[in-house]
Amino acid sequence: MPAVSKGDGMRGLAVFISDIRNCKSKEAEIKRINKELANIRSKFKGDKALDGYSKKKYVCKLLFIFLLGHDIDFGHMEAVNLLSSNKYTEKQIGYLFISVLVNSNSELIRLINNAIKNDLSSRNPTFMCLALHCIANVGSREMAEAFASEIPRILVAGDTMDSVKQSAALCLLRLYKTSPDLVLMGEWTSRVVHLLNDQHMGVVTAAISLITCLSQKNPDEFKTCVSLAVSRLSRIVSSASTDLQDYTYYFVPAPWLSCKLLRLLQCYPPPEDGAVKGRLVECLETILNKAQEPPKSKKVQHSNAKNAILFEAISLIIHYDSEPNLLVRACNQLGQFLQHRETNLRYLALESMCTLASSEFSHEAVKTHIETVINALKTERDVSVRQRAADLLYAMCDRSNAKQIVAEMLSYLETADYSIREEMVLKVAILAEKYAVDYSWYVDTILNLIRIAGDYVSEEVWYRVIQIVINRDDVQGYAAKTVFEALQAPACHENMVKVGGYILGEFGNLIAGDPRSSPLVQFNLLHSKFHLCSVPTRALLLSAYIKFINLFPETKATIQEVLRCDSQIRNSDVELQQRAVEYLKLSSIASTDVLATVLEEMPPFPERESSILAKLKKKKGPGAVSVTELEDGKRESGELNGGGDRGQDAASTPSPSADLLGIRSSAPVSAAPASAGSLLVDVFSEAGPAAPSGAVNDDGFLRFVCKNNGVLFENQLLQIGIKSEYRQNLGRMYLFYGNKTSVQFASFTTTVNCPGELQSHILQSKPVEPLVEGGAQIQQVLNIECLTDFSDAPLLNIKFRYGGALQNLTLKLPVTINKFFQPTEMASQDFFQRWKQLSQPQQEAQKIFKANHGMDTEVIKAKLLGLGMALLDNVDPNPENYVCAGVIQTKSQQVGCLLRLEPNAQAQMYRLTLRCSKDSVSKRLCELLAQQF
Amino acid sequence: MMQFMLLFSRQGKLRLQKWYVPLSDKEKKKITRELVQTVLARKPKMCSFLEWRDLKVVYKRYASLYFCCAIEDQDNELITLEIIHRYVELLDKYFGSVCELDIIFNFEKAYFILDEFLLGGEAQETSKKNVLKAIEQADLLQESQSEDWGSLPNEEIL
Repeated sequence: MPAVSKGDGMRGLAVFISDIRNCKSKEAEIKRINKELANIRSKFKGDKALDGYSKKKYVCKLLFIFLLGHDIDFGHMEAVNLLSSNKYTEKQIGYLFISVLVNSNSELIRLINNAIKNDLSSRNPTFMCLALHCIANVGSREMAEAFASEIPRILVAGDTMDSVKQSAALCLLRLYKTSPDLVLMGEWTSRVVHLLNDQHMGVVTAAISLITCLSQKNPDEFKTCVSLAVSRLSRIVSSASTDLQDYTYYFVPAPWLSCKLLRLLQCYPPPEDGAVKGRLVECLETILNKAQEPPKSKKVQHSNAKNAILFEAISLIIHYDSEPNLLVRACNQLGQFLQHRETNLRYLALESMCTLASSEFSHEAVKTHIETVINALKTERDVSVRQRAADLLYAMCDRSNAKQIVAEMLSYLETADYSIREEMVLKVAILAEKYAVDYSWYVDTILNLIRIAGDYVSEEVWYRVIQIVINRDDVQGYAAKTVFEALQAPACHENMVKVGGYILGEFGNLIAGDPRSSPLVQFNLLHSKFHLCSVPTRALLLSAYIKFINLFPETKATIQEVLRCDSQIRNSDVELQQRAVEYLKLSSIASTDVLATVLEEMPPFPERESSILAKLKKKKGPGAVSVTELEDGKRESGELNGGGDRGQDAASTPSPSADLLGIRSSAPVSAAPASAGSLLVDVFSEAGPAAPSGAVNDDGFLRFVCKNNGVLFENQLLQIGIKSEYRQNLGRMYLFYGNKTSVQFASFTTTVNCPGELQSHILQSKPVEPLVEGGAQIQQVLNIECLTDFSDAPLLNIKFRYGGALQNLTLKLPVTINKFFQPTEMASQDFFQRWKQLSQPQQEAQKIFKANHGMDTEVIKAKLLGLGMALLDNVDPNPENYVCAGVIQTKSQQVGCLLRLEPNAQAQMYRLTLRCSKDSVSKRLCELLAQQF
Repeated sequence: MMQFMLLFSRQGKLRLQKWYVPLSDKEKKKITRELVQTVLARKPKMCSFLEWRDLKVVYKRYASLYFCCAIEDQDNELITLEIIHRYVELLDKYFGSVCELDIIFNFEKAYFILDEFLLGGEAQETSKKNVLKAIEQADLLQESQSEDWGSLPNEEIL
């Protein structure tokens, strides 16, 4: 037993603790504890009233037992009794027990709150502090209800002792965190803020945590704290190391308070007041300067405290992101730390530089440290430091160094710790995609990734490479060649087989001319991996085989033989068996034409956020590794998944949920964010789980802006045609629903919804017949009236049963504001006069965009006429330009519109300008038209 | 804000636990087990910080004891390291060359000192003098009061 026994030692407690320590086994310990619990229980239940000391001792023993990790289900009442003792030592133990073992038993809470209330009003500072500590430790809702209004008063009262103020400030902070609705600062706000000026450093230290938290939630109400914080900081920073007496820590004046002041300032933008800002910049410079001074002590505490302030100052500089000079200085300082002998400093420098890398002012300065960071990735002995280095490389990556960084990360992956491999893989995949200048590099990188760390390559990553290859004509041949080579390796990862199977199934023909990769060689190569793979991969390979039959008729016999063998056609796995049976049948009965249609090359995937990025975000949470910046970058470069030229006029409707073969019979309508998991499953399932409904199909919508008749929608089951005519503010639309199958559609219903301001524009729509026979077509008429101008199109929802499965699809009906145009002929002079009249900035909408189609004059003219305006000749001095005028007729008003379209054939660009008497119309027309040319 | 502080021995025995966020006992035990394991597995020269769940863990070993704090993302690691050091200094000053046994046998004092120093996961009073003054005042109160009981404390056994 230690010699020290301050205050009153409880000898019984010490003996008990010694006994426990002497126990040789867990069983012995439990036995001893049970004995003690029985003893305490009997004492508490005994007839003899216990004196305060005994009660305290037993409560303390119970506490000890609890802290050892055992459950305690009694003694709470005795602890509560101790609270009302007027002996400090008993009260203290009572509070400690309550703080550690809170019980939400409402009866007790009331008693506890009563005791606290008494102590708070006792005016004995020691008792008040105990009570406040207890509230801060427990912080329950009930306590907030009881004391949230009382504590602010204690905090700001003139006669409150400093130590009580300190406890009150942090107690209030805790209550604010648990029950912000109950802590109302209102009238106290200004007095609380002024605690920053308090003479007592301890009060400032405690109060600033409260102020920081409140400022984060109500920045405006607390903004006066900025100038107070700056002047306080300035006084500390410029003080000599001995001025602050006991608040100086290893020759560093008030390090905790300094950090908190700098942290508080990060809740606000840079001060607007020039003088305050100047003072603050001076502080920051002083802090940076001090980092260069020789240390006043060799102790690590000195340098830690000093650097804690430095890092907090750098955080503030990064937060402001407006002082290039300070940012670069910060970066240089961190650069020095990168090679410091203290691991802690290297770690923090790497971490802090990550945020500096995202500032435009310091990005270049950060990049100069690339070699050091790469070296850290290779040589640091601590995985958490290596992880920071990898994060920083990711953050500092841009087009100029992407190849180097990706190569380094790839080579690091070979030896990387298992705990960070998956994240590393995601990062490499993202960088490779984001900065791919040529796609062969991208494909190489991803395949390397699979080779090196196949186990950590998640579905998102290999789905993504396939999406990109499908969408990029120029890389398909290279991809086919590369996967073919990669598959030659005797042991290749299953993910490689998946990518290989998919890509050869789609694009194997591109390399089939070379006898070394002839169709049969390709097939044999794939099939040699088949038996080593899991079921989902085998399913994928079977689909690749049927695609081979289409691509290479000469492989048909071989593949049919494979499909026909018992291990396939009688496979115990239902999915595999079904695929084998159906593919075999398909290949034997379908004509070449049918086969070619069914097994057509996959349509491009629509542009969408990289699923890998989404995954990294999920992994790291928002705010990590500057994901936003990454997305911006992607938008700029954004060609990778762009769908390119093929997307625009692809005959087949590209559906993101399209399965491998595109022949899934449940309506592939969904624009749902395809859980990529559906990529391969359900190839032949008649009824998908539940037909998608939430998503709206608007593929056809834009094609009808400049025309009124045509096919709006078509899938394997259904074709919808429309014919429409408009006069003034009225319109009529005929919808034709054609059943393409030989089976009846049952319970066929359609509903039209008008979102937003379009309400009640559709006056009439007669219900349709509930049965649509196979091969039949039914018609529906919609009468439309334009009440006022609008932007959202009406939605047509169609539901029916086909073969028992509910089909549900929603289409945007192509009713656009321009349908209600009346063309207006006018002379050049009139046109320009009106053009000038419509000169308010909001009346004009302008867009500059790239030509999506050929820039043929006749086609453009036809489209403009289809738009419904009058095309005016001889108005624009430049004969290349097009000028139009028209009036939109709505029930409530007429909107005059003028249009000017300026093609630039050389740049393949247009500039489109609209001026209308109503702002919203200019905007809407501009949006609609910019996608037409 | 600090979310919790744990003190444990090289053998993984928990000596002190202070939680500044409401958690169930089960959750507390799980966190403790996981963190004790993680920290004990680290080698001596490794850095004192690690990412753990969405928190940052700052730890330092003093003789046979590990002091381990979990702080939030925007909190300062280095200053937390010095929070630990200041707490050790306070214990040392109070007990006079503190050792693990002092904390075992006087665990309640360790909690009292911590409450004077940190409250609600934030520094309440960073001056060593002021914290010790508060604790010593309380001890004086105890001593003056213990006279009332006469000779009772010395004789008791269990």
